[in-house]
Amino acid sequence: MEKAKETYVLKMDNIAKEYYGNRVLKGVNLHIRPGEIHALMGENGAGKSTLMNILFGMPVIHTTGGYEGTIEVNGSAVTIDTPLKAMELGIGMVHQEFMLIPGFSVTENIKVGREKSVPNLASRLFGPSMESLDFKAMRKDARKALKTIGLQIEEYVKVAGLPVGYMQFIEIARELDKTGIQILVFDEPTAVLTESEADRLLEAMRVISSQGIAIIFITHRLDEVMAVADSMTILRDGEFVARKEIKDTDVVEIAELMIGRKMEKLVDNDQEDLRAIDDSQIAVSLRDYRVNMPGEQVKGIDLDIKKGEIFGIGGLAGQGKLGIPNGIMGLYKAHGQVKINGQELNLAKLGDALDHKVAFVSEDRRGVGLLLDESIEQNIIFSAMQTNGKFLKKIGWMQLYDAAAGKSHAEEMVKTLDIRCTGIRQPAGALSGGNQQKVCLARALTLEPDILFVSEPTRGIDIGAKKLVLEYLAKLNREQGMTVIIVSSELMELRSVADRIGIVSDGKLACILKPDDSDADFGLAMSGAWKGGRKDA
Amino acid sequence: MNKKSKFNVWDFLFQNKVVLMFLVLCIGATIASKQPLTFVIPELFTRIARNSFIVLSLIIPVIAGMGLNFGIVIGAMAAQVAIFFTTYWGLTGIGGFAATVALSTPIAVFFGFLVGKLFNYMKGNEMIGGLVLGYFAEGLYQLLFLFIFGGVIKLNNSDLMIATGVGVKNTIDLKDTVKYALDTVPMLTIVEVGFYLTLIGLGCSAAFKVVKKQAVDWKAVAVKAVAAAVVYGLTFIKPVERFLSADRLLLLSAVELGCLLTVLWQAFLFARWKMLSKRADEDSILEPLNTQKMIAYVALAAVVYGLTYIPALYKVLIAVKLPVMTYLCIGALCGFNNILMRTRLGQNMRTVGQSRTVANAAGINVDKTRVIAMIFSTVLASWGQLIFLQNVGTLSTYGAHTQVGQFAIAALLVGGASVQNATNKQALLGIVLFHTLFIVSPLAGKELFGDPAIGEYFRVFVSYGVIAMSLAMHAWKKASKPKLESDGEGSAEAA
Amino acid sequence: MRNPLKPLVEKFGLPRVIIVSFFLFLIAAAGMFQMNLMQLLSDCLRRWGMYGILALAMVPAVQCGIGLNFGISMGIVGGLLGGLIVIQFRVAEMPSLVAVHPLFAMWVAVLLAIVIGVLLATGIGYLYGLLLNRVKGSEMTVTTYVGFSIIAFMNMMWMLLPFTDGELIWPNAGKGLRNTISLAASFSNVMNKTLAFTIGGVTVPTGLLLFFFLMCFLVWLFMRSKTGMAMSAAGANPMFATAAGINVNKMRIIGTVLSTVLAAVGILVYAQGFGFIQLYNGPMMMGFTSVAAVLIGGASPRKARIAHVLIGTFLFQGIMALGLPVANQFIPESNLSEVARLIISNGIIIYALSQVKGGSGRE
Repeated sequence: MEKAKETYVLKMDNIAKEYYGNRVLKGVNLHIRPGEIHALMGENGAGKSTLMNILFGMPVIHTTGGYEGTIEVNGSAVTIDTPLKAMELGIGMVHQEFMLIPGFSVTENIKVGREKSVPNLASRLFGPSMESLDFKAMRKDARKALKTIGLQIEEYVKVAGLPVGYMQFIEIARELDKTGIQILVFDEPTAVLTESEADRLLEAMRVISSQGIAIIFITHRLDEVMAVADSMTILRDGEFVARKEIKDTDVVEIAELMIGRKMEKLVDNDQEDLRAIDDSQIAVSLRDYRVNMPGEQVKGIDLDIKKGEIFGIGGLAGQGKLGIPNGIMGLYKAHGQVKINGQELNLAKLGDALDHKVAFVSEDRRGVGLLLDESIEQNIIFSAMQTNGKFLKKIGWMQLYDAAAGKSHAEEMVKTLDIRCTGIRQPAGALSGGNQQKVCLARALTLEPDILFVSEPTRGIDIGAKKLVLEYLAKLNREQGMTVIIVSSELMELRSVADRIGIVSDGKLACILKPDDSDADFGLAMSGAWKGGRKDA
Repeated sequence: MNKKSKFNVWDFLFQNKVVLMFLVLCIGATIASKQPLTFVIPELFTRIARNSFIVLSLIIPVIAGMGLNFGIVIGAMAAQVAIFFTTYWGLTGIGGFAATVALSTPIAVFFGFLVGKLFNYMKGNEMIGGLVLGYFAEGLYQLLFLFIFGGVIKLNNSDLMIATGVGVKNTIDLKDTVKYALDTVPMLTIVEVGFYLTLIGLGCSAAFKVVKKQAVDWKAVAVKAVAAAVVYGLTFIKPVERFLSADRLLLLSAVELGCLLTVLWQAFLFARWKMLSKRADEDSILEPLNTQKMIAYVALAAVVYGLTYIPALYKVLIAVKLPVMTYLCIGALCGFNNILMRTRLGQNMRTVGQSRTVANAAGINVDKTRVIAMIFSTVLASWGQLIFLQNVGTLSTYGAHTQVGQFAIAALLVGGASVQNATNKQALLGIVLFHTLFIVSPLAGKELFGDPAIGEYFRVFVSYGVIAMSLAMHAWKKASKPKLESDGEGSAEAA
Repeated sequence: MRNPLKPLVEKFGLPRVIIVSFFLFLIAAAGMFQMNLMQLLSDCLRRWGMYGILALAMVPAVQCGIGLNFGISMGIVGGLLGGLIVIQFRVAEMPSLVAVHPLFAMWVAVLLAIVIGVLLATGIGYLYGLLLNRVKGSEMTVTTYVGFSIIAFMNMMWMLLPFTDGELIWPNAGKGLRNTISLAASFSNVMNKTLAFTIGGVTVPTGLLLFFFLMCFLVWLFMRSKTGMAMSAAGANPMFATAAGINVNKMRIIGTVLSTVLAAVGILVYAQGFGFIQLYNGPMMMGFTSVAAVLIGGASPRKARIAHVLIGTFLFQGIMALGLPVANQFIPESNLSEVARLIISNGIIIYALSQVKGGSGRE
């Protein structure tokens, strides 16, 4: 409308941020006009959450050395150093996980921490915390806020029994009830909603923005952006890529911008590819495969992975790619048919995958992958001892640990994988991320598997170790014919080692792509434009 | 919505299973003990007077999410330190009792603060922590009473100290000091003091407003003052004065008064509603008058009054004499628990109790709120212990506090409370059931097994068992909750 | 200037430094009062062996992930029943056994008691383990009260169980079992006396210590077996164990059963050294004493080793053994040492609880 003036309610310029020498934001700009819906897009790790943490003055920013750049709210420069300050400036946030109390009524939830109260004799003597609550005034406020977003519920009902979709609205109502709210951040609000609920939410966003409140909308779903946003900012690897008006762009361009044209080679493929992959030899076959892993739900996947190939599984966080290996290994409840080398896996039986010579390196190294207090030796030999009965000697009826055998194997592994440590007795928790990952790998290899699942192999490790790990995986595949399945959020790394890449979106397989397919294809597949649809390759 | 209209008997039975089980147990044990109600009921009312206050002191920490406060033992210790000193100084009567309360309060505040601080270090482990802390404090308490009193602090009083001069005697007789100090406050005095307090309160309130230059509703103040004066004036009528000059109230009179007040209250509600509805404007939402409920109340009052004419009940009712002041204190604490929850602080406590994460995000100082809850509970527990001691009349120096937490918590749970939810009603119901069992179980044991000891062991087992069961059920629910949630998602998924 | 004690305090925790200093102080004080140090040392050794196995019961419990097992009373009850049955049938007085050697008869009696106790404890422990698998994350709170409850429940049982032997039941008209039952006619001090010798005034209860060490060795062996290592992994990181195909709940039950069984053995070893079986509320606080002992030895609610048991029990019981006579020098006929026991044992438990961050989560 009045574009010539270009007044912004929020201007963040040249924002940069370092975490322990690691630059996660490299001069990012974010400009928001009053009353517009502005989409903030980017892959995982693009810097969206860091940017929002800076906007909210979260302690994590200020305990790690603050940020660079300027923030202006309504044209005047501000420093936001506490969440309280952000609140005073009229910046609110609708959380992805609900910050609601089920046992409280809608009113109480909306007014939590900001109750209205009237003074009484006790409060005059002992201070304002003894003031009695003014339920009538609170109910009135709640009703007003609910009316704003068009939610038809009674303000006195308890939140506990309400459907999930309503809870999001109550969160929004709470933010709206804060006085002088100007900017409202929605952090992936539709992730937990059904389709019709999501539509209602988008409608509510339009209503809110029409009242002059600007909305920053963080999402991965391109269709939602196209439907509701006025403008957008794209970040990639902590860098500012573009600010676009939605009417000037289209889905394909956005997808391309998100993925980027950068294509470094992570792996030196000097080895000749002598593999003969037989299309009829299926190593892993999934049919209507579902996994109930919180935050990474798999909602029915059909997939065949050929024997001897390196298969990549990509997709954004929370879309379900991590659920695939975790379900097979029995860490979360899984349903459907899983065949390993033609034999059906009993998903209800713990450890059945291990018995079928499937090994797994978990994405959660510290939580699932390691016994942090135990020695490197223990960590390496443990699974093979429990599953294959290795490193045990029999004395009478007892099966005792064969310390000599375990020690020599662990030392060998430390040498082969170049694990940097003071000795095999060092606790695994004391190692660096890269070396911990190698220990996890060593344990998986000690099982001598046919099929190796590696989840997020390079998360949180430095570039040198990254390369080494990926090259080692490629070597295992080339030399031993091991089927390797890499699950990763980093598309680049999948595209540099995998033969085929399956993209998972919303718990379903969006498509299978080749490493040299176009960026736009990858971008569209990951952003849910092909929901459960297009299959080729 | 349909659920509400259809009253499900099975749901009701299931939700109140603990209470119902104990109700059956109590009735059974009472019958087995072959004791007349004229013995059991008066005994029960004595125990209600003694123990209610301390059980009610458990409610605030439950609401603040700190579970069952096993640390009230420490409050009891504060009370006993205070009562030791006032006995040593020779303070007596209601004045002595007031001095003891005044002395025990700062000690309990200090202890409560320390306990609260410590509990902030062991969030999620408060209950086991509180229990162990109780034993730890027991060690320090013994150190104080056995060695420091007399050993380090020289105390000369052969009535209190062991012959060697170091250490306090096993039992301290309170007969000549504060025994029945609170129980024997005459009703007349209570009304009189109440009248003056009301006047002071009204005066202060008005004065504050005047100083702060706010509008004062002088008419309302005057009406309240006059009402207070009228009530006070009634006490000058001879028969009323005679009735009020006693310190104990016959249970019969209490029931009659209760019926009368119920009817009067309903009449008052009706009158007020009539008046308000006359000048109602659109803005104020007048809740519709529930006439059915009112009639039910009046009818109930009439029925209860009628029941008093049944000879068997009449015999029981004239056998019980209630110490008025003590019961008033218990009632006041119930009121306090309720009113606190309607203040900003109380709402913060509830929020913290429901979810520390949400409370933090809403800008509530979680740690501070928890410490305050702990201080409240400890202070109230120390007062409760003083009420207990003045009624019992002897202080068993090394034993009076040891089982306080155990029995108070068991009583609360028997009333249907849980680790996360407790109300005044549950506390009072629990006391009635638990102490009935306490009175009759040795006698029932004697009748059934020929040995009262079995009954005694049984009631101890009950107190431990009910706590163990409640804790296990709470932990069970907590552990299976995430599973349920994910199952729910799974089924939504399938559908 | 930095405080030279600081690294020491950081490594071992303040309470442990205090306790060790207190122990050293007691030795110095005992020396100063010219007490019979050799006799005190004998007493330390005797208590070490007596209480050791009860503390050892904490190791499998902590390692399998249920944390400090305040509920070892579950096993204790089993052990007590074993002891009572052996006395009831007067095994130690069977002529055929006594004919071999009186000490042999006593050994048969105590071992039989242990076998019965172990069998009972296995059953109880299994049920107990099932319960604990339902209350993950709050085991300590629950075990404490379940432990108290079983003691209270057995109080009724002691009145009602059909034991008839004169040694066991109240003389005259009383009903039920006695409070304290003398073992003089059955297996009193059988372990303490076996192979005992005195060297330089120090009496070494060889049999007792050998039995204690044997138990430690067996637990150590188990911890190095396939199952034992799986159990430790299940306790340290349940997700890790699951990923390795281990049934975590089963491992927790194994650990619980083992802990309960060791408690049953422990109480019998304690009883034979003490010379009496204590019923009713006697064993109520045994759980606390044992927990305190391993904690003093350096264990935490997440990790306990055999070494913690050995060191902790020796220190704790050493303080108890030295404390009483030393305290009597300060204030005659006082129970200062009882007060010290309360403060030390509960103080160390509180310290350990306050170190646990965020309940039972990983890391």
